Amino acid sequence: MIKVKSLADLKKMRESLQAKVDLREKGEAAENLVQIKVAMATCGIASGAKVVMDYLLEELEKRGINAVVTQTGCMGYCYAEPTIEVKLPDADAIVFGYVDKKKADEIIEKYIKNGELVDGIIPVNYESIDDK
Amino acid sequence: MHLLVCGGTGCRASASDSIAEKLKAELAANNLQDEAQVIQTGCFGFCEKGPIVKVLPDNTFYTQVKPEDAPEIVKEHIIKGRKVERLLYVDPAKKQKVEDSKHMGFYRKQMRIALRNCGFINPENIDEYIARDGYQALGKVLTELDPQQTIDIIKKSGLRGRGGGGFPTGIKWEIASKNKADQKYVVCNADEGDPGAFMDRSILEGDPHSVIEAMAICGYCIGASKGLVYIRAEYPLAIQRLRIAINQAREYGLLGNDIMGTGFNFDINLRYGAGAFVCGEETALIHSMEGLRGEPTNKPPFPAERGYMGKPTNVNNVETFANVPPIILKGADWYSSIGTEKSKGTKVFALAGKINNVGLIEVPMGITLREVIFEIGGGIKNGKKFKAVQTGGPSGGCLTEKHLDIPIDFDNLIAAGSMMGSGGMIVMDEDDCMVSVAKFYLDFTVEESCGKCSPCRIGNKRLYELLDRITKGEGTLEDLDRLRNLSHVIKDTALCGLGQTSPNPVLSTLDNFYDEYVAHVVDKKCPAGQCKSLLRYVIDPEACVGCTACARNCPVNAISGERKKPHEINPDICIKCGACYEKCKFDAIRII
Repeated sequence: MIKVKSLADLKKMRESLQAKVDLREKGEAAENLVQIKVAMATCGIASGAKVVMDYLLEELEKRGINAVVTQTGCMGYCYAEPTIEVKLPDADAIVFGYVDKKKADEIIEKYIKNGELVDGIIPVNYESIDDK
Repeated sequence: MHLLVCGGTGCRASASDSIAEKLKAELAANNLQDEAQVIQTGCFGFCEKGPIVKVLPDNTFYTQVKPEDAPEIVKEHIIKGRKVERLLYVDPAKKQKVEDSKHMGFYRKQMRIALRNCGFINPENIDEYIARDGYQALGKVLTELDPQQTIDIIKKSGLRGRGGGGFPTGIKWEIASKNKADQKYVVCNADEGDPGAFMDRSILEGDPHSVIEAMAICGYCIGASKGLVYIRAEYPLAIQRLRIAINQAREYGLLGNDIMGTGFNFDINLRYGAGAFVCGEETALIHSMEGLRGEPTNKPPFPAERGYMGKPTNVNNVETFANVPPIILKGADWYSSIGTEKSKGTKVFALAGKINNVGLIEVPMGITLREVIFEIGGGIKNGKKFKAVQTGGPSGGCLTEKHLDIPIDFDNLIAAGSMMGSGGMIVMDEDDCMVSVAKFYLDFTVEESCGKCSPCRIGNKRLYELLDRITKGEGTLEDLDRLRNLSHVIKDTALCGLGQTSPNPVLSTLDNFYDEYVAHVVDKKCPAGQCKSLLRYVIDPEACVGCTACARNCPVNAISGERKKPHEINPDICIKCGACYEKCKFDAIRII
């Protein structure tokens, strides 16, 4: 088991983990890596996020799309649950709201395969601490 | 290219659907439907200047667009590549047109500090937290700062307790650090009990490590090696994620003995609450953790002197802790540059009720209620009229139209007769009866009173009974005075925060909606049409065509009349269920 033995250790770890996340986000691997986050807080799960996540995992594999699907916490858009964030290589991450299986299918077919946006985008309306 | 048309409720009300249609038609007419797509989005949080149309990839942000602007947008922008100047947003400060929305951060009224990782990282993977500077603040504190220096940073940042009280966090830590003992405790209060509040749950579900890291920092500052999270058992997912996070932190050596080789020991355990509202009060919380009844005791002694197991204990709320790591990393000056003079930083609010964008938001202190409700919140549902917003839960009060422009901070809300509370905001529209609202909260406090002191146990029950009589049309004008007097007695004499604040919903509705109370007791009418006992359903003989739909659907056969002739409701039998009102296709049923 890795133990963090000092602050220097932790800093080193951060660098390598950031590089890993970067690699995943930028899709620098030969194939196009799509990253999808599903908001899975109580509110999201209650509105069907788990079904959507299972569907995405299954369908992306079936359709031969190389993607990483992870869970995350509440994005704050409770009125539009379930919400997912899709990050295509070389593009800004986009959040989609009201995602059910049908919408997920549309997102895979139109946005992930062809880069065509679909209805239901939720614009980012906040500043993060990284902006300051 | 993509044309994003705002499909938020606010923009829809001002014809954004027809803008989208027009744009699509215009593109098709120019044979450009394959080049540029029209997409409807969720709310941009900028309803004041809606409808919004954003063009990608150049990020052009058009405001107050009308359907008739569609041809110009397509001809100029899409075909010729020239922006439509007159529709660009004008920066009010610089009086300049903004071409690229990446440069209009100022319109984004939200700023996420406590929620910085919620919705970004996988809460069950510590690596993602570390990649986003996780545990760096703990490392910095342990290796570069001594406890007092760290406390000074927190003091200087101006951070105040986010659980409701607003006590300066740094001072709380300092008091606990000065009390000498062989063992001290850091407690995280995750007993979120206000109806309609879910900030703490969301933080624990989305970013549990930030709370763990901050608790360890607090432990270092006050000299505690043990931390406890008091969390309600009704939050199973938050508990599960917190457990996973604690185990991962232990595996990485970020909790346990000799953290990062500095000799500092700290570990965290969980304690479950059974969902009693009073256990959010720190002394009651501590008793509950000790296995005793969840009842408050007099302060002093404060928990910082004699808390859990009689040892000095520092209790902070989840959101307070979530703010700590960024303050350590970015500095006290950075944090205190955000917010108002006496309330620094940001506050997370849970928006609920009759508002379009129900959700979790984080805004700088000093923002106005108007901005929160009408911009970020997207305004009132179904185009109804705003009536009041309840802040502070059962301990808070209702704020009205006239309070919409005061800057939100701890002191201003108290001055306006409400309080910050933990951050629930319940928005009410014209259909909500304020007497019923006060009754709802009293019902809650009566249920949740621990029963230890008489003002709370008996007084609140009497308050509830008075309100109940008023909503049934049995109240008198004297009852209104009685309500007010009893409220003040309870506030002055109750033992703990629960009783001292429970009459607030009554007092603030009496102050702001006295006419509505008078309507109930004098005219025996409920202006909002909510109090059943005060309503009467009648059929307008002019409008009734005698279709018999109402009579057939009445569950108690209170409606009589011949086919094709006006019907009548017998008020002695009518149970006011409203079934006839729903079924009538001719608007012949009136509520009076």
